[in-house]
Amino acid sequence: VCIHRVRSCSSIRFIKSKYVCVFDKSALKFSHQQRLFRTSAVSCGQIVQFKLSDIGEGITEVTVKEWYIKEGDSVSQFDSICEVQSDKASVTITSRYDGIIRKLHYSIDDIAFVGKPLVDIEIDASKGVASEEDVVETPPMSHEEHTHQEIKGHKTLATPAVRRLAMENNIKLSEVVGTGKDNRILKEDILNYLAKQTGAILPPSPKAEIVPPLRKAEAVPAAPKDKARKIPLPVSRPIAFSGKDKTEPVTGFQKAMVKTMSAALKIPHFGYSDEIDLTQLVQLREELKPLAEIRGVKLSFMPFFIKAASLGLLQYPILNASLDENCQNVTYKASHNIGVAMDTEQGLIVPNVKNVQVCSVFDIAVELNRLQSLGSAGQLGTSDLTGGTFTLSNIGTIGGTYAKAVILPPEVAIGALGKIQVLPRFNGKGEVFKAQIMNVSWSADHRIIDGATMARFSNVWKSYLENPASMLLDLK
Amino acid sequence: MVFQALKNCLWLSCVLRTPKACFWSTASGALIIQSVSNDVYQNLAVEDWIHDHMDLEKQQVLFLWRNSPAVVIGRHQNPWQECNLRLLRQKNIKLARRRSGGGTVYHDLGNINLTFFTTRKKYERMENLKLIVKALKALRPQLDVHVTDRYDILLDRQYKISGTAAKLGRTSAYHHCTLLCNADKFVLSSVLKSPYKGLQSNATPSVPALVKNLFEEDPSLTSEMLLDAVAKEYAMQHEIDHHITLINPADETLLPGISNKTKELQTWEWVYGKTPKFSVSTCLNMAYKDSVVDVKVNMDVKHGRIEVCNIDLPEQWLPPALYSELVKSLTGSKFCPKETTTLVTTLLRVYPQEDELHSRWSLLCENMIRLM
Repeated sequence: VCIHRVRSCSSIRFIKSKYVCVFDKSALKFSHQQRLFRTSAVSCGQIVQFKLSDIGEGITEVTVKEWYIKEGDSVSQFDSICEVQSDKASVTITSRYDGIIRKLHYSIDDIAFVGKPLVDIEIDASKGVASEEDVVETPPMSHEEHTHQEIKGHKTLATPAVRRLAMENNIKLSEVVGTGKDNRILKEDILNYLAKQTGAILPPSPKAEIVPPLRKAEAVPAAPKDKARKIPLPVSRPIAFSGKDKTEPVTGFQKAMVKTMSAALKIPHFGYSDEIDLTQLVQLREELKPLAEIRGVKLSFMPFFIKAASLGLLQYPILNASLDENCQNVTYKASHNIGVAMDTEQGLIVPNVKNVQVCSVFDIAVELNRLQSLGSAGQLGTSDLTGGTFTLSNIGTIGGTYAKAVILPPEVAIGALGKIQVLPRFNGKGEVFKAQIMNVSWSADHRIIDGATMARFSNVWKSYLENPASMLLDLK
Repeated sequence: MVFQALKNCLWLSCVLRTPKACFWSTASGALIIQSVSNDVYQNLAVEDWIHDHMDLEKQQVLFLWRNSPAVVIGRHQNPWQECNLRLLRQKNIKLARRRSGGGTVYHDLGNINLTFFTTRKKYERMENLKLIVKALKALRPQLDVHVTDRYDILLDRQYKISGTAAKLGRTSAYHHCTLLCNADKFVLSSVLKSPYKGLQSNATPSVPALVKNLFEEDPSLTSEMLLDAVAKEYAMQHEIDHHITLINPADETLLPGISNKTKELQTWEWVYGKTPKFSVSTCLNMAYKDSVVDVKVNMDVKHGRIEVCNIDLPEQWLPPALYSELVKSLTGSKFCPKETTTLVTTLLRVYPQEDELHSRWSLLCENMIRLM
């Protein structure tokens, strides 16, 4: 059972199971036996007081600004322990030992003294105590003497745990390529080396410190040849995926979406879709775009869609209404504040254009420009984001044809516009012509809107857009 | 003065195979590099990269850089306390948090940045600053510039023209400083003045100082001349050729991992989330109809998020259900106007109100957002 569990959490089968405890701590959660083995190896560890080393420039005290670890955490040599500050200098203090943090001698904002204990670390008894050398007095590399192996006169950096792993597997550190900081040899490097020897497939290393996009395969010289020689038969192996689930709290924009959509759930939605021939509108917009540009405004299709919707709402005001919480009263809103769904970095926001019923298409274009630039800068105010009465979502700019939009309370209807596609259609004479087709999908609150009303509104909207000249007749 | 551009990745093998030595130049004991980018995040990422990956034992480095308008706060500072975040957002001025300590500075192309990389043992700020003063005096002997014991450089004994900060790691260290040539002093003073009241924190405070541009003292000076003068002096002192290697901070092949560093420096979690715990204790005086409504607000902000939120409203000014939803929503969310705006407008959707309450709600929320 023990071995089976080891296998399922990592495909490192060539390593004897007892060594899994040393570096693959996730395996321990599955086996009580192994947990005992681990604690018995560590409980007789020695507590070492790690003192704050000299900062330089004659500084004797610093302020502790941030702890990177807490009591009970395990640390490796060179891991960051805390950040201290002294007179405009921010210093990262790293651990000299592998072990478990047993005590923090200071809290945030406390003054720490050079030469006094900073943290207590419980180190593995078998590893021995590191020499208490001051980092500054001796040349930088020598305080790590006990972690180096001088092989062929070439110093190799590796932590004691990694060195032991290599030793127990009869690996010469000089033959292993280090990919860590300072070309340090990491445990992944040992495992990669072992994998090449036996031909086993390893999961990708989760933390590669340098990710080199190698053009010359210098770091991995003989691998392809080795593989060809040492894997004679194709054996199906389960390739273990070493990715982990990540759970984070729902906050900010996501929290807002959750609230809005949960409220929308109470609304019984029905959908109604149709196809709009925008051939004439496309032509009209082409003619008007340069005029708008002269006035400094970018003219898209949205101002036309918005104005046409407002004209439709004049005929079917129930679509611009709001139902109260107890479904006792319907309030017909006088202003047509038409919301436009916008996709930003953080997510969906819906600012609205106020009083479309008294705005010209150009006015709407100006306002849209303003809302779009504020929206992309993340500077929309509350007044722009509240008071909406009806919403259009132009999802077609991203893609799609039909959609099922969710009504944004306290409104009662929403329209989702698909992308404009060039499609063949038949005209009145039965001839095929090129048409610019867009699909619209409406969703409405079935408690107060019926299908017929939605359909008639949609037809009005459609006819204004298919014959833009007809809008002229009804513009106020 | 010769500018040498880096083209091929012949050096790539150098970077990965040998223990961090010979990066760009093998022979000399020092190297002068200059960034081709004016993006503050990219340039700060280069500093991080050199600090983490270069072996400075055999070769010290001088890094020259300039940024387009940005405010840079120190590692342990509070941006709300240090600058006018509203103004920054309006003027599209970037906000960055560097990894070194010290106070807040304003950068634009009229300001030059100099970073001296050494091993931790050779970390010596005074020497670096004296080098700069020597360079300035060599360029314009009549300049009255000197180094104070706070590691500032003063012009005419009163005006600060350079501020210093430093970062020390396990084996390497860097000391960087600014040098005002022709920065926009008007923008500088307006962005570095915080409008936020009632903030209490243990974050490192900045010490405001009277500043002056070297350009005002001598209009013939330009940023390029200053950069070059410092490079020349550095080259002389380190006995190397006076040539500057240009580097592109977007070059992932040359600086593997740099784009991740650049991205990290731009995350909200780094810029705002690393603010030490602070509290906001203030009174909103809201003009409503014909009177003024006083609302006491107390918030504790940790890691940039609102941990505790107390709003003292007059009784029944807002429906209790809506009020408690507001407090609940704010607790745990970012101390950020964007996020708060989204949350409060959502609440209004979910609990719609008629005009009177709607305007009270909007008033309260606008005032709360102004605190951020």
